[in-house]
Amino acid sequence: MGQIQLKQVTKSFGDVQVIPPLDLTIQDGEFTVFVGPSGCGKSTLLRLIAGLEDITTGTIEIDGKDATDVVPAKRGLAMVFQSYALYPHMSVRKNIAFPLRMAKMDQAEIDKRVEAAASVLNLTDYLDRRPGQLSGGQRQRVAIGRAIVREPAAFLFDEPLSNLDAALRVGMRLEISELHERLKTTMIYVTHDQVEAMTMADKIVVLQAGVIEQVGSPLELYRTPRNLFVAGFIGSPKMNFIEGEEAAKHNTTTIGIRPEHIDVVEANGQWQGTVGVAEHLGSDTFFHIHNTGLAETLTVRAIGDVSLRHGDTIHLNPRIEEIHRFDAAGLRIA
Amino acid sequence: MATKASRSAARIMMAPAVVLLLGWMLVPLIMTLYFSFKRYLPLRGDSLDRGLDWVGFDNYVRFISSSSFWPSVQTTLVMVGGVLIITVVLGILLAMLLDQPFFGQGVVRILVIAPFFVMPTVSALVWKNMMMDPVNGVLSHLWRFFGAEPVSWLSDVPLGSIVLIVSWQWLPFATLILLTAIQSLDSEQLEAAEMDGAPPLRRFWHIVLPHLSRAITIVILIQTIFLLSIFAEIFVTTGGAFGTRTLTYLIFQRVIDSQNIGLGSAGGVYAIILANIVAIFLMRIVGKNLDK
Repeated sequence: MGQIQLKQVTKSFGDVQVIPPLDLTIQDGEFTVFVGPSGCGKSTLLRLIAGLEDITTGTIEIDGKDATDVVPAKRGLAMVFQSYALYPHMSVRKNIAFPLRMAKMDQAEIDKRVEAAASVLNLTDYLDRRPGQLSGGQRQRVAIGRAIVREPAAFLFDEPLSNLDAALRVGMRLEISELHERLKTTMIYVTHDQVEAMTMADKIVVLQAGVIEQVGSPLELYRTPRNLFVAGFIGSPKMNFIEGEEAAKHNTTTIGIRPEHIDVVEANGQWQGTVGVAEHLGSDTFFHIHNTGLAETLTVRAIGDVSLRHGDTIHLNPRIEEIHRFDAAGLRIA
Repeated sequence: MATKASRSAARIMMAPAVVLLLGWMLVPLIMTLYFSFKRYLPLRGDSLDRGLDWVGFDNYVRFISSSSFWPSVQTTLVMVGGVLIITVVLGILLAMLLDQPFFGQGVVRILVIAPFFVMPTVSALVWKNMMMDPVNGVLSHLWRFFGAEPVSWLSDVPLGSIVLIVSWQWLPFATLILLTAIQSLDSEQLEAAEMDGAPPLRRFWHIVLPHLSRAITIVILIQTIFLLSIFAEIFVTTGGAFGTRTLTYLIFQRVIDSQNIGLGSAGGVYAIILANIVAIFLMRIVGKNLDK
């Protein structure tokens, strides 16, 4: 069980309201990702759910019970911190066992659970080491181990992968997703990286300045972004926004089109421009195109290695059906 | 310090300091050792010019068989131990208090450090005449205010009084070191422990205290070095009477009061040995913490 419901939750630090009234329901077993640029309040929101910060007004319900004034330890949630927050003077075994010892569980049961968690996370060989002797990825796994032994109602992850190098991050991303598949426990995951959000989430919550911009599955957000912010934030490389004359043709103020929805053609394209930087990745080529008369730069993805170089003229055809239209307030027009 | 040239340059530049410090240490040490094997009573006409008589281990035997030797060792250990316990325990509590955000934090921190800047002689005089005087002292007024009989501190609880004075002087040092250590504790660790279900006291025991262990080790080691040589506080207050004669003070009395330099030097050598025993003992207990 692990259904979490926020009702009209606000948070103020002094006179500054960082989270205006906010409603959100996280279903049992769901992998929810809070994503947004830094300072958007996503970590604060997570800490409110954890109970590490008091909410200013509103209520938090966990499994239908009011948990607003319940202390963090009694909420049945486990948290993995950005810095891992392992206890440096304790061995891996003692780190993982710590929450169980605090719960005064008997030693045999503690040993059993620690062993089980260690084997799930491939930590069995490291149980007697200190955190200082482990690599970043192993520390990360210890932190996860410490969370799973308690069998919590939900896991809270606060940017857990941001201290790892790129290759390890991809690996841990898969491990956490697999863990979720296996445990089927509610997980709330905070990140500023939209790739992590897209790859892991069942449900993404896009936040900006404490306000929920959109909630939905990754593909929902990709296909039907509710406004300009979500459209620009989800998807990589960023969506191109075009204003002015070209937008007017579609009877609106701004149109958006993703780089992968513009086709490169030999000649007589609807649009044309000069290639600025061409990023050749082998599988794809990203062109940054200037002098199109549409926007300052236009990003286009071509599949495979297209042999256009810096300074060449490029012809483009947008796929009309993939064009997103936004009104003057930045909201999507269906 | 990568190249050979920079290494040898470093050595050459360090050499004057090393030679000076080594000389500073070796000359008095060798002189003490030399005198400790000699009969040297200036009042009886002994002097370096006329040459001193070699007496072998006589001074050592006399110093240790004196009835004041073992009590003085005991007094030394009680005094050092007492001050260490008081300063470390109160230091931890004060450090945690000062770590909390409150109005006027900066000023309070400076005030807390202030006693450390007062000279030992002055602080002992202040305590003796202003605080502990049985007639006019602040403490006696306090006692009378509550209708109690004023305590004549320095004659009734002399050792305790000196421990109190010395603790007052060293508490700022302990607090300062421990405060910086507490400030370096990652707050996420405490939050993690809170999420893990550890109530405040257990968070202190399992997270804060282990984090402080290294700082506590440093406080204990440094303070022990200085506390073994407490002198001014005893000289100013009790003058070594009422069981406050430490080993350091006994040596002072042998050399100055009895004018027996040879005997005092032998005592000095014992003091060196005692200091080393204490140091090794401490290193053993707390050395583990420094390895981490």
